[in-house]
Amino acid sequence: MGDPAMTGASAWETLGRVGYGILALPFLSFLINGLWLGRKSPRASAWTATALMGLNLALAVILAMGYRAMVLGDPQGFPQRTALLWNHTWMDFTLEPGTALAARFGFYLDPISVMMVLVISFISFLVNVYSIGYMQGDKGAGRFFPLLSFFSFTMLGLVVSSNLVQTFFFWELVGAASYLLIGFWYTKPSAVAASKKAFVLTRFADAFFLMGMLVTGIVAGGFDFAHLNGPEAAAALNHTLTAGMFTCNLLTLGTLGIYMGAWGKSAMFPFHVWLPDAMEGPTPVSSLIHSATMVVAGVYLTARLFPLFSAAEHTLRVVEFTGAFTAVFAAAIACTQTDLKRILAFSTLSQLGLMMFALGTGGSAYPASMFHIFTHAFFKCLLFLSAGVVIHAIHSNDVRDAGGLRKSLPRTYWATLIAVLAIAGIFPFSGFFSKEEILHAALANGRYGAFLAGLATSALTAFYMSRYFFLVFHGPRRGSPAHHAHGDGHKPIREGLLMTLPILVLAVPSAFIGWLSKGFFLDHVKPPVPGFAEGASAAGESHGAGLGGTIGGGAEWLPIVATVLALTGVAVSWYWYGLKKNGPGFPGRAAPLWYRVLADKFYIDEAYLFLAKRVGGRLIAAPAAWVERNIVNGAFDLVTGAVRKLAFLQGLFHNGQVQVYIAVALVGLWLLARFGSVGY
Amino acid sequence: MNLTACLALSAALFAIGAYGLVTRRNMIAALMSLELMVNAALINFVAFARFGGPHHGHGDPESGSLFALFAVAVTAAEMALALAIVIAVHRQRRHLDIRELDGLHG
Repeated sequence: MGDPAMTGASAWETLGRVGYGILALPFLSFLINGLWLGRKSPRASAWTATALMGLNLALAVILAMGYRAMVLGDPQGFPQRTALLWNHTWMDFTLEPGTALAARFGFYLDPISVMMVLVISFISFLVNVYSIGYMQGDKGAGRFFPLLSFFSFTMLGLVVSSNLVQTFFFWELVGAASYLLIGFWYTKPSAVAASKKAFVLTRFADAFFLMGMLVTGIVAGGFDFAHLNGPEAAAALNHTLTAGMFTCNLLTLGTLGIYMGAWGKSAMFPFHVWLPDAMEGPTPVSSLIHSATMVVAGVYLTARLFPLFSAAEHTLRVVEFTGAFTAVFAAAIACTQTDLKRILAFSTLSQLGLMMFALGTGGSAYPASMFHIFTHAFFKCLLFLSAGVVIHAIHSNDVRDAGGLRKSLPRTYWATLIAVLAIAGIFPFSGFFSKEEILHAALANGRYGAFLAGLATSALTAFYMSRYFFLVFHGPRRGSPAHHAHGDGHKPIREGLLMTLPILVLAVPSAFIGWLSKGFFLDHVKPPVPGFAEGASAAGESHGAGLGGTIGGGAEWLPIVATVLALTGVAVSWYWYGLKKNGPGFPGRAAPLWYRVLADKFYIDEAYLFLAKRVGGRLIAAPAAWVERNIVNGAFDLVTGAVRKLAFLQGLFHNGQVQVYIAVALVGLWLLARFGSVGY
Repeated sequence: MNLTACLALSAALFAIGAYGLVTRRNMIAALMSLELMVNAALINFVAFARFGGPHHGHGDPESGSLFALFAVAVTAAEMALALAIVIAVHRQRRHLDIRELDGLHG
């Protein structure tokens, strides 16, 4: 940490106030709209929330500029580019001197936290603007905006947290907020089921996070990231416990536990099932969940503790494997889905897999992964918002009902085209740069399996995203049977300004942010402790080399291969879905087996149901219920029955007969005199 | 005549009084039994005043008797109250059977 006095104490204090403001404004919006304004006037609450989020965006920009000037501009004062804007101790459990076992509430500045604050504020603001249009006329609009602000608040608190306790606190709040928003239309049973699914699955993973956090924090002697990411913490953790035939390394155990939390939150296989169902929420919420809040929290946490993770070789392998597998797995499923938002949801899973495995391959992929979070947020938000426009226009979630919307939704069409090109990784759109960096880093780190998974994901991504695009915007307008029956298939479709404006704004970063910010990520975004990975590079010297030097290098053929693969994906999809009646179309029941397996998402949901109902229900819950009913309740009944009988007997004496009372008193007196300690 | 004889008399009176208090159905009889118990206690006072306690040598006749006199006065006042209640009960219920007066029953 540098000395704040050196950078100008007053400027530093102002920046601290900006930090408070960034957390306070969304919370204020939540309070005002949630307690008061939302009920009085949904429309006013929408505008208030949007205005406050706009102000929040302005503060985020000021914070970023201040960070750039005072921290990045002062390499001597802040060699690790990290700083604490403020850090309050909330509960102190420190028992031994030298440790700092305290729950704090702080504002941690480093390249990725500032980047995330900017992204969250920007996306939240645009989503708010969009929601004014989207939620117009919805009965629950007054409830929607406070929750949206609360969601932004929790995610902002999460990314700026200075320690694991604060992270966990906001982590759970993010989960609660997403639960409320996914189940926003609570009269719809499927929405309620989806919100419960998301909540239960992430909570299950969070239980491991809590355990891992406690093990890590207590053994390492502190929860602060600055401490945990240092070499002392890793050294303190790195010892092996043996209990009989079991041995476990505390470092691996702790980091794996923490990673389990990230695993569930970022919906890596097999926890991915909650994310596609989370589509039940309103589209702006999906947009927020998929781009800036919620799911990237897992990747962010992994990155936040990256120096610690990189000391735990086994954990990194798990991160890499889950990420790579999810990337390919979800991309393959996305190729066959027919629900607009579900296609996008699986694409998010696949992209999160990319970010995750990049972190798993080692230190040099850290900036690439963060770069991908950054670019992905813009184009994924755009894709969801434009999907919302399409859904509004055709009143259906199904690509089979869409088609030929190019004419009627021209602005959405062009913006979506940019986002599709960006996510497919076509030069010069933003996704190309970040995805290429990830592939480069995987290759440079010698993780060939992950590299191949990345290449496969790129090709599949290009395929399914252009399939989505062609199906929605090109070809004939199909329309749902219900629509034709009602004869309103020809109702003019229009793009509301409030809904298209955020989409058009997002098209700009989707197109250009890649090459604009590449330099920044390569120069400034590094794991916060220099030289750490060299010391712990059990995976090979590539870690250390990657940390110090520039990313990638060599492999000039890589962009060409990646582009060729992406173009092949687009071409195949054009051949099958763009040209009329050429490809598999929507085979339905007649599809070959492999297609059905993909379309039914590898039956993972069914496997969960089987596990929950058959295994969990019959083998665990049913016997437990029997024990509960007969043994536990039986014991209680016995005790309460005995007490009741005794009370009845006692009640016999209380019959109103004064003489009985007197007799009881006399007997009591005698007992006291005979057995009591009074007297001689 | 010694302390033991006095205490035995007192104990006998107390036991008779207690028995009567618990068993007599007539309220006035029960009050008389109560009076017996009080007087049994007073005999104890006077006896200890006259002979002294088993560990404290001789007693103090004046103050002991004085206590007993005070207690007699208090008991007389108490009895006046009790008889007033008895009359009130008799006027209302036309009988004085304690077993029938179970108004304390919850």
